[in-house]
Amino acid sequence: MSGHEQFAEDLALHALGTLQGDERARLEAHLESCAGCREELSALRGDMAALAMSTAGPKPPQRSRQRLLDAIANEPRLPAAVPGRRSRFNWWAALGWAAAVAMLVVVIQLRRENYFLRESVVNLGALTTPQTLELANAQRVVDTLTAPETQTVTLAASKNPEPQGKAFYLKNRSGLVFVANHLAPLPPDKIYELWLIPSSGAPIPAGLFKPDAKGNATVVNPPGLPAGVEAKTFAVTLESASGPHDAPRGTGVMQGAA
Amino acid sequence: MSSTDLKATSPDTALISAIRAGDQTAMAVLYDRYSSVVYSVALRVLGETSAAEDVLQDVFLQLWRNPGAFDASRGHLGAWLAVISRNRAIDALRKRKPESDIEDVVLSVAPDLVSEADRSRVAAKVRAALVMMPAPQRTALEMAYYEGLTHTEIAAKTGEPLGTIKTRIRAGLIALRKAFQE
Repeated sequence: MSGHEQFAEDLALHALGTLQGDERARLEAHLESCAGCREELSALRGDMAALAMSTAGPKPPQRSRQRLLDAIANEPRLPAAVPGRRSRFNWWAALGWAAAVAMLVVVIQLRRENYFLRESVVNLGALTTPQTLELANAQRVVDTLTAPETQTVTLAASKNPEPQGKAFYLKNRSGLVFVANHLAPLPPDKIYELWLIPSSGAPIPAGLFKPDAKGNATVVNPPGLPAGVEAKTFAVTLESASGPHDAPRGTGVMQGAA
Repeated sequence: MSSTDLKATSPDTALISAIRAGDQTAMAVLYDRYSSVVYSVALRVLGETSAAEDVLQDVFLQLWRNPGAFDASRGHLGAWLAVISRNRAIDALRKRKPESDIEDVVLSVAPDLVSEADRSRVAAKVRAALVMMPAPQRTALEMAYYEGLTHTEIAAKTGEPLGTIKTRIRAGLIALRKAFQE
């Protein structure tokens, strides 16, 4: 038990989703400030997962698979970029890399946003968890773009037309924002993949992406990026869309040293 | 080897990245990998196939719509989906709106669950631990886990004191942890 013993039993009930009323409110208030109890709650959910994964049963009927595939086919999504964040960067990409002043404006704006986000986090302690998570993610993006220790890497290709990319990397929080333009349209069955090449070890996948009609693309906080990795280089390759995407196998498009 | 075969060997994180890029094939691969566990736990809770299929559909649609909700810090993907499936099934059983967003679910699982063999080994250990568990403890845990009953409801059904029920539920979960960590 890594948390407080007096909350041990309530933590188990909370993991199961059966804690109610005052007991739940009291525990949730405590969890806000107790990393040990949050850790124990995660461990108890791990125990729940083990029980779930031990539950034997028949395979789902084949129609369920088709039903899901039909459903997602009716919900096509734009690749790679996170809705909302894409719009934040489109205008900037359109201005081109020469608009360094525009970048300064963005930084100032984000610093203001950073201030207001901090204010919000302090004042709105009663926010629901999804809102808190969204704020935390937004905060990570802001930190990645504005922290003094953020590494900024420009990637450039040697051939014309020249695709360009800019990576903002905050290693201790595994924050990564990558913006690219002048990308060539993708051939059929191909996809671009961003790589973080560490000082030692194998390249780490940092997101698949497709450019829009103007050749612009963004990748924001790709999932699974480990924290604390010292980056030597960022690179983009052209990979098979069907994968695998765990290691670079395709042709190089651009790269830049950190 | 076909592209489908290649995808079948891709790590979860690579498939999630592909899903973020709108790759429907990657979604199909993840479905093939984890639909059995998602469906099994939903069926155990709900006891009715069409309702379990609805939960199965809902869990994977949530992943498709919001793949960013999962990252490696939230635990193993299969375990994460299994917990979400159980929670969604309990919500359906109790005819209530989903009480928690999928982004709320963060879990840590000590054993390595990457391969099918690892998952089978853990499942066998957990089943053995359930068999070895004192009957009152197992009953309390299963009533809370598969029926979503509160400790108050379990105490009313079993005639046991509230504190005893709380202790048994936690002890049951900890016993499972010890079993799969061995």
